[in-house]
Amino acid sequence: MTQVKFKIWRGDKESGEFKEYQTEVTEGMVVLDAIHQIQAESANDLACRWNCKAGKCGSCSAEINGMPKLMCMTRLSDMNLEDPISVEPMRAFPIMKDLVSDVSWNYRVKEKIKPFKPRKPDNADGSWNMQQKDVERVQEFRKCIECFLCQDVCHVLRDHEKHEEFIGPRFFVYSAALEMHPLDTEDRVPDLKKSQGIGYCNITKCCTKVCPEHITITDNAIIPLKERVVDEFYDPLTKLFRIFKPKRGDD
Amino acid sequence: MRQDHWWVVPLVVFLVLSAFVVYATWAAFQNQHYVYENYLSPFYSPLLFNGGDTGVPGDGHQHSWFGDKPSWWILPFFSPALLILPFPAGFRMTCYYYRGAYYKAFWADPPSCSVGEPRKHYWGEHSLPLILQNIHRYFLYFAIIFLFLLAYDAYCGFFFDNDRDGEFTDFGIGVGTFVLCMNVFLLSGYTLGCHSLRHLIGGWMDKFSNAPIRTKCYDCVSCLNRKHMVWAWCSLLWVAFADVYVRLCSMGIWTDFRLF
Ligand code: SF4
Ligand code: SF4
Ligand code: FES
Ligand code: FES
Repeated sequence: MTQVKFKIWRGDKESGEFKEYQTEVTEGMVVLDAIHQIQAESANDLACRWNCKAGKCGSCSAEINGMPKLMCMTRLSDMNLEDPISVEPMRAFPIMKDLVSDVSWNYRVKEKIKPFKPRKPDNADGSWNMQQKDVERVQEFRKCIECFLCQDVCHVLRDHEKHEEFIGPRFFVYSAALEMHPLDTEDRVPDLKKSQGIGYCNITKCCTKVCPEHITITDNAIIPLKERVVDEFYDPLTKLFRIFKPKRGDD
Repeated sequence: MRQDHWWVVPLVVFLVLSAFVVYATWAAFQNQHYVYENYLSPFYSPLLFNGGDTGVPGDGHQHSWFGDKPSWWILPFFSPALLILPFPAGFRMTCYYYRGAYYKAFWADPPSCSVGEPRKHYWGEHSLPLILQNIHRYFLYFAIIFLFLLAYDAYCGFFFDNDRDGEFTDFGIGVGTFVLCMNVFLLSGYTLGCHSLRHLIGGWMDKFSNAPIRTKCYDCVSCLNRKHMVWAWCSLLWVAFADVYVRLCSMGIWTDFRLF
């Protein structure tokens, strides 16, 4: 049992500052436990968002010692407890109160992505036939819990604030899940290039690094989408070659 | 603020890449000591024209494709490496892994994850000049040709001129043979794990079950691709080492030990 110092960001949209708290840390505790303990002991009005405490709901995203992380999945035993541990809200989104930021921008972005458009059903009962091999790739993307840590760490949003022109890694993952789906017939590539700003991503892989679901965001979603953009917009040879290939959704 | 040593990785990348670029540029301009007997430095391969006027023994006549330095060459300096190095250099410059790494280490864009940036304006690869990175796959085509050329050099590394008759026909294995073979191995692991290749060979498809052979290829490339960063660094360091090896042997500083 040790007394550990925490520097927790307190404030709202307008202003705020780090305040220091101290609490007792016991074996097996995660950062969220400590926050709850502080809430109970010395800061009853501390706002924080959480739900499952199991790394599955994506609610408790915050920046711990400057790195975007899930509070419920960050063990205190893995951290240096000598120095104060800083906990602050995600910085890429507007702050509501204390550790809670307003992530609604993400929902608005999601609405702009062309929805799933499956080909005609294969069977009379309206169902499709698919093989495991064909859906394996997109299954990785479906692990996403929408914690938006990847959006938070991405410098295009975080530092350059391109929220209007860039949809962010989470939605490249989402687009990839649809775009690479064997049943889907929609073409999202022109949007990705033009209005969704995939070109702003400079593949620095911070999104991959912070993803609590270990989705290989950059290598498996963003780069393959960038390559599809190259196919359609920058590579005359491949385009020519593919004219003779079957269209997507054909069987 | 991040409190860990986030600057270590970008700093190492900066130092190693800079050292490589400085060494490779220096080596490319040397125009000598790029051949030792049957070994040809990978920086000078393919050797389209021999440097010719270097005056060193074993100056590469047996490796040269079109003989000596061409008469139409008008620049005051000549080095055969300058004719071919733009291709591998372009390949690495536009490689998705290196891009991410040098944007961080050389441009601080971002310096490291969740570390603030020194400047506000940003274009990324959305507009000129970095939009040109999209031609990576064209460099890939050349890089694949280079693999064959370097494999041929490694093959030549097995044939020595033991009896000094000017013919490199005597089978043998030296440390240099190993160095050149390893170079091809590492460069193959790097090139064949390329993201563009992964896309071209099968990644562009949405339905794999119709194309079993293509899927197999895609799986192999994906497998190499997972460790693309490791292949990138190992092949980079080894290619420089291969040049150093040939150079020092040719200068008489190192002796090429022969197994037989
Ligand atoms: S790889 Fe691209 S999307 Fe991911 S954090 Fe870096 S710039 Fe953002
Ligand atoms: S991709 Fe990963 S980091 Fe991004 S929102 Fe989904 S789970 Fe979170
Ligand atoms: S509380 Fe659900 S992910 Fe942390
Ligand atoms: S992506 Fe690295 S070589 Fe193509």
